[in-house]
Amino acid sequence: MTKVVVTGLGIAAPNGTGAEEYWAATRGGKTGIGRITRFDPARYPSQLAGEIKGFDAERHLPGRLLPQTDRMTQIALAATDWALADAGVRPGDMSDYDMGVVTASSSGGFEFGQNELRKLWSLGSKHVSAYQSFAWFYAVNSGQISIRNGMKGPSGVVVSDQAGGLDALAHARRQIRKGTRLIVTGSIDASICPWGWVAQIAGGRLSTNDHPDRAYLPFDAEAGGHVPGEGGAILIMENADGARDRGARVYGEFAGYGTTFDPKPGSGRPPGLRKAIELALADAEAEPGDIDVVFADAAAVPEQDRTEAEAITAVFGPSGVPVTAPKTMTGRLYSGAAPLDVATALLAIEEGLIPPTTNVEQSAEYDLDLVTGRPRTAAVRAVLVLARGEGGFNSAAVIRDAR
Amino acid sequence: MATNTFTIEDLKRILLEGAGEEEGVDLNGDILDTDFEELGYESLALLETGGRIEREYGITLDDEALTENRTPRALIAAVNTHLEVPAAA
Repeated sequence: MTKVVVTGLGIAAPNGTGAEEYWAATRGGKTGIGRITRFDPARYPSQLAGEIKGFDAERHLPGRLLPQTDRMTQIALAATDWALADAGVRPGDMSDYDMGVVTASSSGGFEFGQNELRKLWSLGSKHVSAYQSFAWFYAVNSGQISIRNGMKGPSGVVVSDQAGGLDALAHARRQIRKGTRLIVTGSIDASICPWGWVAQIAGGRLSTNDHPDRAYLPFDAEAGGHVPGEGGAILIMENADGARDRGARVYGEFAGYGTTFDPKPGSGRPPGLRKAIELALADAEAEPGDIDVVFADAAAVPEQDRTEAEAITAVFGPSGVPVTAPKTMTGRLYSGAAPLDVATALLAIEEGLIPPTTNVEQSAEYDLDLVTGRPRTAAVRAVLVLARGEGGFNSAAVIRDAR
Repeated sequence: MATNTFTIEDLKRILLEGAGEEEGVDLNGDILDTDFEELGYESLALLETGGRIEREYGITLDDEALTENRTPRALIAAVNTHLEVPAAA
């Protein structure tokens, strides 16, 4: 099977923008979670989020794109520029049809949609932007990245939350194996606006704690839901041979992938996460002992933490593998979370360092070797990344050192 | 406040507000007879521009006003035919 590698990273996270700033923050345990500043959260039960600070779209994008793009699209376009520059790829270097775009999206352009709906109801239909026709749309990031960079190869979007971030990367790998040289993939999600916020509150999984260091505590006895964040990562994926031929720097290989769906509640059958892990390991032709660290989905809902801890323990044994959740520093980024975890895994491989899970004291209920408090130095050659979507989606990926 | 004449300055402002400026295009240059497409404005940008002109001037433009008037000069002339002539000189 064709090996597929990552050659470029474009990171936009609440605790750091750009791979360098993000990694410095993440290895140092610096949080990006704080009280919401993008709107006044005083009237809402949940008031914390991981917001990207200081992103000035006008500095990164041409004027024609600003009136027609949601914040998540603006960030995704900038992150794509960074990822392509990091990979040393100028879009003109390859044929249009050799490059495709596969992103994930959980909510589309919510903030853009909110502003246009407000105009519709307060001013009338003539005041709604013509660009609302596509600016809110799930596929808009793939479309705008494709147009801006002249990429006409296979493209699409996976509409799904956390697990969708890995599913998009897996689909990118599939397209490369079918013959496309390069796929821009990953996800940037952002919907920290009142409309997005009430939608997330309605999901019933948000933490209502208003202390940034106590609000998102996966695998802790005090776990009480999550803090949402915005951002994610855009990755450049290529055929390994093609990357080598053009002398590209290779971060690592997207080596294995598995996905399952949970059985119907009450069926008595076990949850699907363990099977997803086993499928990903088998796909990577790896044994549990080959995995140096697991990046957890880290729902911070006790029942889900239990399911995840049991799946990890079933495959690796009690405290059988280091586990971490750097997303404790960013909040859950929905479809952006897993691409960011994959980028973080590649940086962990590069440095030989496992970033910490912050603020968490592991509940006695779980038997995980959870890396808490401070980073841990370790030879990191292979990483298992887990992601679960609301409603029973489970995905797992193995990221491996390609050196 | 809308005035009773629609000028190139009005059009430039509305284009910038509604659709932005294409890289490499200077709206302050001599653009009166340049095709909108060359200025970087596709049909959706013109739809947005037409909507903003209608709102601001309280007029209704025919669908053809935006598809057939391919340059700023032609669109300005078309808009002005909808605007009232001042009652007193």
